[in-house]
Amino acid sequence: MPAPAQRRIIFQHIDEPGYSNDLACYVKHGGYEVMKRAYARPPAELVEEVKKSGLRGRGGAGFPCGVKWSLLDRKSGKPIYLVVNADESEPGTFKDRYIMHQDPHQLIEGIMITCFANNVKQAYIYIRGEFPHGARILEKAIAEARAANFVGPNVLGSGYGCEIYVHRGAGAYICGEETGLIESLEGKRPYPRIKPPYFPAVLGLYQCPTIVNNVETLCHVKYIAEVGGEAFARIGTPNNTGTRILCVSGHVQKPGYYEFEVGKITMGQLLNEVCGGPLPGRTFKAVIPGGSSAKILKFGERFKGKRKVGTEMVDYDWAVEDVPMDFDSLGMIGTMGGSGGVIVMDDTVNMVEALANINAFYAHESCGQCTPCREGSLWMKKISSRMVHGDARPEDGQLLKSVADQIAGRTICAFGEACAWPTQSYVAKFGDEFKGYADAKKTAQPAATTLV
Amino acid sequence: MNLTPATLSRIDEVIPHYPTKRSATLPLLHLIQEEVGYISNEAIEWVAAKLELQPINVYEVVTFYPMFRQKPIGRRHIKVCRTLSCALLGGYKTCASFEKEFNTHLGEVSPDGEVTVEFVECLASCGTAPVVMIDDELHEKVDAAKAKQLSDQIKAEAKARK
Amino acid sequence: MIAPAKPELVTVNIDGKEIAVPKGMNVIEAARQVGVDVPHYCYHPKLTIVGNCRMCLIEMGMPAVDPATKAPVMDPATGKQKINWIPRPQIGCATNASAGLHIRTQTPQVKDCREGVMEFLLINHPLDCPICDQAGECKLQEQSTGYGRGYSRFIEQKNVKPKRTLLGPRVMLDDERCILCSRCIRFAKEIAKDDVLGFIDRGSYSTLTCYPGKKLENNYSLNTVDICPVGALTSTDFRFKMRVWFLKQTNSIDPESSVGANTVAWSREGVIYRLTPRRNDEVNDTWMADSGRVLYKAVTAADRLTAVKVNGADSALDIAVHAAGELFKSAAGAVAIVGSGRSSVEEQFLTKKLATALSASTHLVSRVGPGDKILVSADRNPNVRGALVTGLIPALPAAQLTALGAAIDAGKVKTIISVGEDLFAAGLNATQLAKVAVVYLGTQANATSEAAKVVLPTLTVFEKSGTFVNQQFRLQKFLKVVPGASGATDDLVVLAKLVAATGGTVPSDLNPLWKVLAAEVPALGPVTFANLPETGLLLDATPWAALPFVEGETLHFKPAAQPAAVTA
Ligand SMILES: Cc1cc2nc3c(=O)[nH]c(=O)nc-3n(C[C@H](O)[C@H](O)[C@H](O)COP(=O)(O)O)c2cc1C
Ligand code: SF4
Ligand code: SF4
Ligand code: FES
Ligand code: FES
Repeated sequence: MPAPAQRRIIFQHIDEPGYSNDLACYVKHGGYEVMKRAYARPPAELVEEVKKSGLRGRGGAGFPCGVKWSLLDRKSGKPIYLVVNADESEPGTFKDRYIMHQDPHQLIEGIMITCFANNVKQAYIYIRGEFPHGARILEKAIAEARAANFVGPNVLGSGYGCEIYVHRGAGAYICGEETGLIESLEGKRPYPRIKPPYFPAVLGLYQCPTIVNNVETLCHVKYIAEVGGEAFARIGTPNNTGTRILCVSGHVQKPGYYEFEVGKITMGQLLNEVCGGPLPGRTFKAVIPGGSSAKILKFGERFKGKRKVGTEMVDYDWAVEDVPMDFDSLGMIGTMGGSGGVIVMDDTVNMVEALANINAFYAHESCGQCTPCREGSLWMKKISSRMVHGDARPEDGQLLKSVADQIAGRTICAFGEACAWPTQSYVAKFGDEFKGYADAKKTAQPAATTLV
Repeated sequence: MNLTPATLSRIDEVIPHYPTKRSATLPLLHLIQEEVGYISNEAIEWVAAKLELQPINVYEVVTFYPMFRQKPIGRRHIKVCRTLSCALLGGYKTCASFEKEFNTHLGEVSPDGEVTVEFVECLASCGTAPVVMIDDELHEKVDAAKAKQLSDQIKAEAKARK
Repeated sequence: MIAPAKPELVTVNIDGKEIAVPKGMNVIEAARQVGVDVPHYCYHPKLTIVGNCRMCLIEMGMPAVDPATKAPVMDPATGKQKINWIPRPQIGCATNASAGLHIRTQTPQVKDCREGVMEFLLINHPLDCPICDQAGECKLQEQSTGYGRGYSRFIEQKNVKPKRTLLGPRVMLDDERCILCSRCIRFAKEIAKDDVLGFIDRGSYSTLTCYPGKKLENNYSLNTVDICPVGALTSTDFRFKMRVWFLKQTNSIDPESSVGANTVAWSREGVIYRLTPRRNDEVNDTWMADSGRVLYKAVTAADRLTAVKVNGADSALDIAVHAAGELFKSAAGAVAIVGSGRSSVEEQFLTKKLATALSASTHLVSRVGPGDKILVSADRNPNVRGALVTGLIPALPAAQLTALGAAIDAGKVKTIISVGEDLFAAGLNATQLAKVAVVYLGTQANATSEAAKVVLPTLTVFEKSGTFVNQQFRLQKFLKVVPGASGATDDLVVLAKLVAATGGTVPSDLNPLWKVLAAEVPALGPVTFANLPETGLLLDATPWAALPFVEGETLHFKPAAQPAAVTA
């Protein structure tokens, strides 16, 4: 089956020649019209549209956006905050970058609609420190929007006021985790909070009810306000609505970002047709479907089971290439859609070395607050680096797995899973490579590319 | 602390963005590092006093984030992405070429004082791997040849300055 | 006495045992009530909960209800309501009791969690237990036996961190032993209000540190040593002096102020090695000031009085008491007693008896300093309220012994009995003192004991038993930790002998004495020394409610009225 065409909603203007990131250009393309209409509606209606849309968060967890908003403690009498997660720190993910650099007003419009819908008077955009230009562009765009009365004390003369400020991170993956982000925004070490009791919807920023949403998610909100929740829900597939941006990197001919209706394209179509297939003379070996934390898929493995299609349960028997790129399908086969970052590895890659690279990342990024992740992530790094640079023992794979098993599910935040899943899945699927690594090292050509 | 009036006014502008002064810790550290180049203990104490915090509160933050430096670095900061997508396409080689071009090692100031080369984690531009940030600028698809070219450029600028 | 508000009770099930506990109580505490130990490191009952060590993981379940009807879902196998167990383990320290909560602490999953955490904590931990001060008190050592696997799979290089950093004058840090539980940081910030500790760097390289140039030197620094679950923080005073398992523990009270922090004195063979706080949720929680921890040093201090003296020459107790009796007689009607707010209730009672027998005027030396709002109050006497309760004094002591001085000047006082008080320091001048004969009872030498006609060495608070009434009017007892110094006699015995010298009789043993006390002192009602609870007993303070006490707010204490201006 040929791959469907891209459906560019969020990325409509990305890389469009002549499209600039200033207000004039945005307005010329119909910008802030959706917001004007939205501000004429009762806020609760907008929340209802988002609920109906079935929109799931694009930051990683895929949590339904409308449900998240309805969990907000609206009775506390405390201010409600919106925090925009622009940390884009999950390796393999590069989508929010382009929205913020090339189309910042789209995000601002999404933010202002979300704020209005939820009676938020103050929003913060937490942008990773490595986007200095992005921060400046956003600040300039907010200033333009403020001057045009799209942001500020009396938005569009409605009497409703809302401010947006940009807050820069400083190089820490854990600031992408929503409660770590909140702590960071409060000026502390970004130690994720224990939940319960610190659910952002109740005790978030400054212990006030807080919404944390990803950049892309909020752009979808703008689109939902434009077309309505029901129309949005017709895009994509049931329970996996709308479009999503898939970021492909690694060993493909045409890496890049592609926007498709969720679930309408398979992994095979994406990698072989859209991305032009493997590099010359090589074959695909493995792919990480949703950011480096997602469990790896091995080309050649098959996934069988039953799934719901419409109201019926049908059998499926998929190769990696057959898997539709949606939250539920990827979840069903034991991995996740995550942040949409697809990292491809071909047959030149040794999985021990790839894991050593990933483990170095997680050991570097663990905040160090809780024991299993703090000690386990570094231990896994030490084992896998020793395998590559020192002595590899046949039992190291099992040891790695057992360390990972002691982390996942036992930590303060989901970083625990994020750092354990790669090890668990690499060892489970490429166990032989781990067992035989010492020998492989002796006989192999010096690796073409160093990974760690 | 001897900060320029421009930095000081930006500092005073950013503090009221937040209901608690402590929230301005990161913005202040960024502003000071932009001007001074690194965060000294004096800067930590200055920020603490400004935000009505204890110095340890700021020190804890400074040491957590790799982007804050406690020592001066070379004139240009070359940050090579080390994470998987970039590594798969030769990021380690890219890094090695910068080290070689400037006769330096990771994390050190090069002998000519021009650069500090460092590995950083994913820069969220994995589709154009391998990527490098030189100060605030992102450079995409930096293979060994492009690394050489960027190095030459830095060296030429250095020469022109002298 | 005011009864505390009754908390709402809920029934929870822990390892199959049902128990009613206050709603919201965390699982570690609830389990403790049924005798189940949930191992933990970072949790401390008096600090905020951070949930970072993950040692307290348990399984949690709630009774199943039908989502639509809210009707209980029954389990046909047991006939009881079905329990929905959460597959992911939860931390006990942040799981609060609610009606029907079910907890399992002995499942294979829980065991595996604990083994995992133990292994992780040990991989970067040095193997120097044999020379570690904490041995015997180390939770890591203890729990690795109870909950660990007992072997190591770690063959990599351990992290290297600073050893032996002096954090302050009294506290030493070994970062390699630190398990990053943050108890000490939270203590410094939340209790001592001296935010100087923190973690720097991140991940497994996170390191506890004090801000460069600052010191952990607040008057509560040693509490961090108490609460550090491992041997990372040690006391420079106690370091390596004595293995704790050799030491005997005796309950005592910190006499440094009217707070009356509850303490434990650790001793062996008549020697005290350290004082640590003893938990009392109404008084000092689990804390005490550093300044109170060194007071045991008075026991063997160089200035300790150990010889009975009459007119400057060594004497014997009965001879000296006789000499004192002669002084009383010669000064009949002109005797004054300077009692002490540092004496026990029992001693103050006998002091009062002596005063009555001699028709002596009574005085008390006020001892006031700035309160620290934590556990050192403005009143540096531990037992001024005891003097009020026993009737030794009718009102709060004046700042100085001015009235007594005037009486001496007027020739109305010829003999003074001082119970451990330095009269010079308390405001009498040399001319005044030259006019009177002094009978001095006390433990340490001072200008007054030098000038005294009769010196009767007595015991420090660590060498005798008794009670104090703290600022809350809480009667609290302290017990004899070590035998009295040779040459010194129990204050009660000395006071009873002095009463006898006037022709009266009073008991000097605590138990018979308490019968008299209970009978004669209304506020002490049905109390006996033996049945006084370890956490003390609140007395009815109404008779003294209007007095202008000097204390300001401290932990668990709010002054009834605006505190009197502190004159220190
Ligand atoms: C370790 C970790 C890193 C994360 N990083 C990001 C990130 O960089 N960007 C992001 O939007 N969400 C990230 N998340 C997810 C956020 O915690 C949160 O779920 C998300 O921002 C919610 O927004 P959404 O519902 O719109 O997706 C991360 C989560 C974890 C556990
Ligand atoms: S799981 Fe890791 S990142 Fe998350 S709180 Fe624990 S140590 Fe920090
Ligand atoms: S020094 Fe002790 S109390 Fe402080 S963090 Fe380390 S282990 Fe915990
Ligand atoms: S891995 Fe280098 S930019 Fe993402
Ligand atoms: S006691 Fe440390 S997590 Fe509960």
